[in-house]
Amino acid sequence: MSYTVRKFDAVIVGAGGAGLRAAIQLSEAGYKTAVLTKVFPTRSHTVAAQGGVAASLGNSEEDNWHWHMYDTVKGSDWLGDQDAIEFMCRKANEVVVELEHYGMPFDRLDNGKIYQRPFGGHMSNFGEKPVRRSCAAADRTGHAMLHAMYQRNVKVNTQFFVEWQALDLVRDADGDVLGVIAMDMETGEVVVFHAKATIFATGGSGRIYHSSTNAFINTGDGLGMAARAGIPLEDMEFWQFHPTGVAGAGVLITEGVRGEGGILRNSSGERFMERYAPNAKDLASRDVVSRAMTTEINEGRGCGPNKDFVLLDITHLPPETIMKRLPGIHEIGIQFAGVDCLKEPLPVVPTCHYQMGGIPTNYAGQVVIPKDGNPSVPVPGFYAAGECACASVHGANRLGTNSLLDLLVFGKSAGETAVADLKAGSSAHKPLPQEVIDKTLARLDRLNNQKGGSNVHETRLDMQRSMQKHAGVFRFKNLLQEGVDKILQVAEQVAQTEIQDKSKVFNTARIEALELDNLIEVAKATMVSANARTESRGAHVRDDATDTPETPDGRDDKNWLKHSLWYKDGNRLDYKPVKMKPLSVDTIELKKRAY
Amino acid sequence: MEEDRTARINRLKWHCRRALLELDIVFQRFWEREGDVLDAQGEAALARLLELEDHDLWALVNGKDVTDDPQLKGMLERLRVV
Ligand SMILES: Cc1cc2nc3c(=O)[nH]c(=O)nc-3n(C[C@H](O)[C@H](O)[C@H](O)COP(=O)(O)OP(=O)(O)OC[C@H]3O[C@@H](n4cnc5c(N)ncnc54)[C@H](O)[C@@H]3O)c2cc1C
Repeated sequence: MSYTVRKFDAVIVGAGGAGLRAAIQLSEAGYKTAVLTKVFPTRSHTVAAQGGVAASLGNSEEDNWHWHMYDTVKGSDWLGDQDAIEFMCRKANEVVVELEHYGMPFDRLDNGKIYQRPFGGHMSNFGEKPVRRSCAAADRTGHAMLHAMYQRNVKVNTQFFVEWQALDLVRDADGDVLGVIAMDMETGEVVVFHAKATIFATGGSGRIYHSSTNAFINTGDGLGMAARAGIPLEDMEFWQFHPTGVAGAGVLITEGVRGEGGILRNSSGERFMERYAPNAKDLASRDVVSRAMTTEINEGRGCGPNKDFVLLDITHLPPETIMKRLPGIHEIGIQFAGVDCLKEPLPVVPTCHYQMGGIPTNYAGQVVIPKDGNPSVPVPGFYAAGECACASVHGANRLGTNSLLDLLVFGKSAGETAVADLKAGSSAHKPLPQEVIDKTLARLDRLNNQKGGSNVHETRLDMQRSMQKHAGVFRFKNLLQEGVDKILQVAEQVAQTEIQDKSKVFNTARIEALELDNLIEVAKATMVSANARTESRGAHVRDDATDTPETPDGRDDKNWLKHSLWYKDGNRLDYKPVKMKPLSVDTIELKKRAY
Repeated sequence: MEEDRTARINRLKWHCRRALLELDIVFQRFWEREGDVLDAQGEAALARLLELEDHDLWALVNGKDVTDDPQLKGMLERLRVV
């Protein structure tokens, strides 16, 4: 198979919030920058974000970055790196105001300042009471953000390669990153983007689960590419689940439904939350509700032919209330559950929503790996930001509205660091390693010529079902152990996928097979890391992690206050310490995480 | 030369990869139902809808917004079939 080479100063993979923000930095500095994206930039998944972006502007009431930092550390269940968290919270106002200057139409107060609303987990005065910290643009925050940043990029001459799929990272024998190998979906042409700086901003990988709120595009390509190039993946056992996704579809049903009086019921119609949370009942926190739902299902009280979901009942509410207060929910029921929720309850399951782990980075946006006894050595030429990266600011659990902030802050800092490195570095491109390129071409050849192999759709489903069953929102020792074997078996199938369609133009079968190569790496990393971590922390909750005075709620700081690092080679784990020391303030000391 | 049907359909299919899961699912079902029978007029109508922004498209599919355009209306009805 033939290929061509194109030279750039910088190549960015991904044109969601993180990629677009990084690109502004490089193009403004005058560097020749290519941005590759599988879909048109403003169709990146960031569009789905509606809740808003966190910044302690203090426009409606007193607020400051230190309180925001405290909330983020606590939300992370102390697994977040405190230097990166301080960096992010301190930079929040700057990046939000910049976005305003790029033309983002934020909702405003009468006095013209950005309007802010409260959001779960964001508090004033170190956890005292809720604070208004989220900035939004109606219910289209993510969309407006992408538009503003895309326009800015067009102005500063960023070169977009739309409908291109990056296939592999080019990393030479010294460990330096020299660009990516990519395919033009329109023609099937393979091109090596030879660059001095490579930034990954490929978003999340939520499609490893059967029930996921993520769009189909979220296949963890950046993580797969990094893992194949020998870069470890950090904290992949930590996934945030939303309690109420439509069973079988994943489409989110807002918490507002329970807020308006919706009731969760099991197969015998029982309002089971009364047993798990006698006071808050159906309004208990996300974790508590998700865990209760899983327990009901695991103990045989689920509904439907496979007893694999519970019901969210609003049939007792007046139809006018539903149509007025919960617009959209009726249509979601009809479209995705085949249910008229005015007359029948909705089938729901805890649904994968956000990936806390990812490619290990520091707060400068550099990808860092352990080397010669140092746990965090930058990989020359390689940067990452957004949901694909793990800075780590979300630690074991993310606060809502902090991920849009993450991609602005670290998109910018990855861009800034790349600019500084380009300025300081040599003017020539390092030679490309032929054997690395050949490996990718061989992977493509294998796929194009495979006979008697496995079906992509079925294999992906097998992976997704295994992840949901063995490493879902509530985890069990024996299920995790079995899950490791199961996912390794699926991986063998993935290595032999076969496609019938061999055409060149937008061959979606080929694209999906290549995406599955990435998903499976994320799935393995998740299963193996989750099986090994025998405590409960944040979103990783194990049935066998007991609540004792030394291990409150199963969290075992003595043995597990550390980041997991999973390597594809040998399917092995390593660990590195959590950075407990912030940049300028005192450490936020370990405490039981209670709300 | 006119592009062959496979190429045209494959391009449309890829353009059905959206930012919103709701739309991904609607299109997935649509292709399962109509992939083999979609005619040139259908292709044209779909291509026009796919030019829209995701939130606008979803509002049309879920009935929150309406259009008077007969070509789009017909295609939206087909997309809404469950
Ligand atoms: C339903 C929903 C609602 C949410 N609401 C909020 C919210 O209110 N507030 C908040 O803070 N967070 C929210 N989040 C989370 C947040 O939206 C995401 O974490 C964030 O948008 C991720 O942005 P990103 O730039 O990292 O990636 P994305 O926006 O997903 O962009 C990834 C980019 O990478 C490209 N790409 C991927 N692989 C390849 C490849 N192989 N080759 C070329 N290009 C590639 C894609 O084309 C795309 O351009 C929400 C998430 C969901 C699912």
